[in-house]
Amino acid sequence: MTRPAQLLQGNAACAAGAIAAGCRFYAGYPITPSSEIAEEMARRLPAAGGVFVQMEDEIASLAAVIGASLGGLRAMTATSGPGFSLMQEHIGFAAMAEVPCVIVNVMRGGPSTGLPTSPAQGDVMQARWGTHGDVPSLVLAPASVAEVYDHTLKAFALAERLRTPVVVLYDEVLAHMREEVVLPEPPPGGVPGRRRPAVPPPAYRPYAPDPDGVPPLADFGSGYRFHVTGLAHDEGGFPTQDPATIAAHQRRRLAKVALFREIISPVDTWRLEDAEVAVVAYGIVARAAQEAIEEARARGLRVGLLRPAVLWPFPDREVAEAARAVRAVVVAEMNLGQVVREVERAVAGAAPVIPCCRADGHPITPEEILEAVAAREPAGRTASYG
Amino acid sequence: MGDVRRFLRLPQMPHVLCPGCSHGIVAGALLRAIDRVGLPQDRVAVVAGIGCSSRLPGMMDFCTLHATHGRAPAFATGLKLARPELTVIVITGDGDGLAIGGNHLIHAARRNIDVTCLLFNNEVYGMTGGQLAPTTPEGGVTTTSPFGNIEPAFDACRLLAAAGATFVARGVAYEPVVLEDLIARGLSHKGFSFIEVLTDCPEYYGRYNRLGSPTAMLALQKRSSRDIDARLHSPRAPVLHPAPTRPVPAVDLGVLVQVERPEFTERTRRVMAHARGAAG
Repeated sequence: MTRPAQLLQGNAACAAGAIAAGCRFYAGYPITPSSEIAEEMARRLPAAGGVFVQMEDEIASLAAVIGASLGGLRAMTATSGPGFSLMQEHIGFAAMAEVPCVIVNVMRGGPSTGLPTSPAQGDVMQARWGTHGDVPSLVLAPASVAEVYDHTLKAFALAERLRTPVVVLYDEVLAHMREEVVLPEPPPGGVPGRRRPAVPPPAYRPYAPDPDGVPPLADFGSGYRFHVTGLAHDEGGFPTQDPATIAAHQRRRLAKVALFREIISPVDTWRLEDAEVAVVAYGIVARAAQEAIEEARARGLRVGLLRPAVLWPFPDREVAEAARAVRAVVVAEMNLGQVVREVERAVAGAAPVIPCCRADGHPITPEEILEAVAAREPAGRTASYG
Repeated sequence: MGDVRRFLRLPQMPHVLCPGCSHGIVAGALLRAIDRVGLPQDRVAVVAGIGCSSRLPGMMDFCTLHATHGRAPAFATGLKLARPELTVIVITGDGDGLAIGGNHLIHAARRNIDVTCLLFNNEVYGMTGGQLAPTTPEGGVTTTSPFGNIEPAFDACRLLAAAGATFVARGVAYEPVVLEDLIARGLSHKGFSFIEVLTDCPEYYGRYNRLGSPTAMLALQKRSSRDIDARLHSPRAPVLHPAPTRPVPAVDLGVLVQVERPEFTERTRRVMAHARGAAG
């Protein structure tokens, strides 16, 4: 039976993807432009057998999510910039304590209260480095309503598989635009759940990794009694100050994130095969880039798109490969050059990197990208970081 | 009654508390109360924040979560909603629960979620070296109030009663048997139970304010408090260790509030049942 097409809003697609993934706990705090996710979850989650709770702030929201996840539920929260700032504390805790959870950040203009109803992509670096310490990071960047659904679903698969927090990062335009989509049949029972211990309770060590670097996680209340702390800890979960133990777990937590490629492809390319200029764009800007590329090709310029679907870990390899085959790389983003510098780092001089940046509350237009492509040198709106 | 040593993670000893600290007395009362109520060991989860008292769960053999500073009530809310069959206990301190975590504590009380919260009030930040807490008595000397505290102290029990906690009690480390009884009653109560326990910090607060030996501080607890029942009428924040020149009314101990009100976890389950009925 073919599934029906529906006209779906980005934030509604996010909620649908979460429920399809098997999310059964949502804790959140209202904030524009993410509030529709909470509203959808409040309406839909109870009938799916899940719990919705509105917490007193975003700090508490992610705390409740982590608590519920330790209880064995797939759990998420959603927010926007100011709330994402407050969540940094618990993103670090979830990474350190290795508790699966999904955090959706619908980006709006910043800093501070900024532009609550306008799109931006200014939280890219915060999503990577917002919390203190050498923290692992896994951040997805959908570029369509259908992909918001798909990435949210995959975020749960990744969080459960890797026992780590996963951030889904998109902007106000994607959040509120409506597109016709045909949602796939949800996987029965949701995405595969976390690996649970195969040993009896007395032998369980909550941070003893399997060969792939990911330790199995028991549910609180399932007969396995164990300790979870944000302090540096050993395989048993108890605080330690032993440098060798601390170093091993630091590196393991960073290394395990590389397994994301099992579940999601880091980049998507479009008309890049014969391109002389590569446009790097993500989120809604990638859609403007596609239109710019079609127009450029109509004018005889061979331009293609390299779209990171995973922003962190940054797809260095794919960007470097693309750069070697082109004469210039244009980076278009709704901030003052956050991914520009990542691209410069990955390209390492193989091609000039031309920023096309805007952070004034308006989406980047195809014309602006076309202008940057045609110029092939820094001009107009450029990155502003020294 | 069983041997509560089965609730201890003996390999984690020695503990991190200072000599003379009365937190251990309170921890002992908690373990005996858990034993007395007859809670299965696998069905108890203890969630704590950051501070001296919040290190205790690491030494207790339950499912234990040493969370972030002040946020234990929010972690506990998520855990309890996910696993209603668990007995969820929050251990917090006066700085953890009343300063950085005050918001989470009052909202957990307002929801009346079935969590038992034990707040260790030693009137000072001990883990960080003896700084001013929101419970430090006026005039009290700490490392960040070297000229004497000029802020009034919180009365945790009145705050939690106003926020909606349906069981509120106050005990002292000096009376571990009474304390055990208060905690057992809190654990048996359905709804948000809040038990403030007045403890001592001889190492910092006692030393800075010349309050004498740990035993002298415990004796001061006795002299400064009085038992009451089912009333909540402290005219001001409880102060066991007033600065020498400031006489303070006796601190009320005992069960201060015990009322029935719908419990949050059950209400969420009723919403789920209603939604499923509507969907079906």
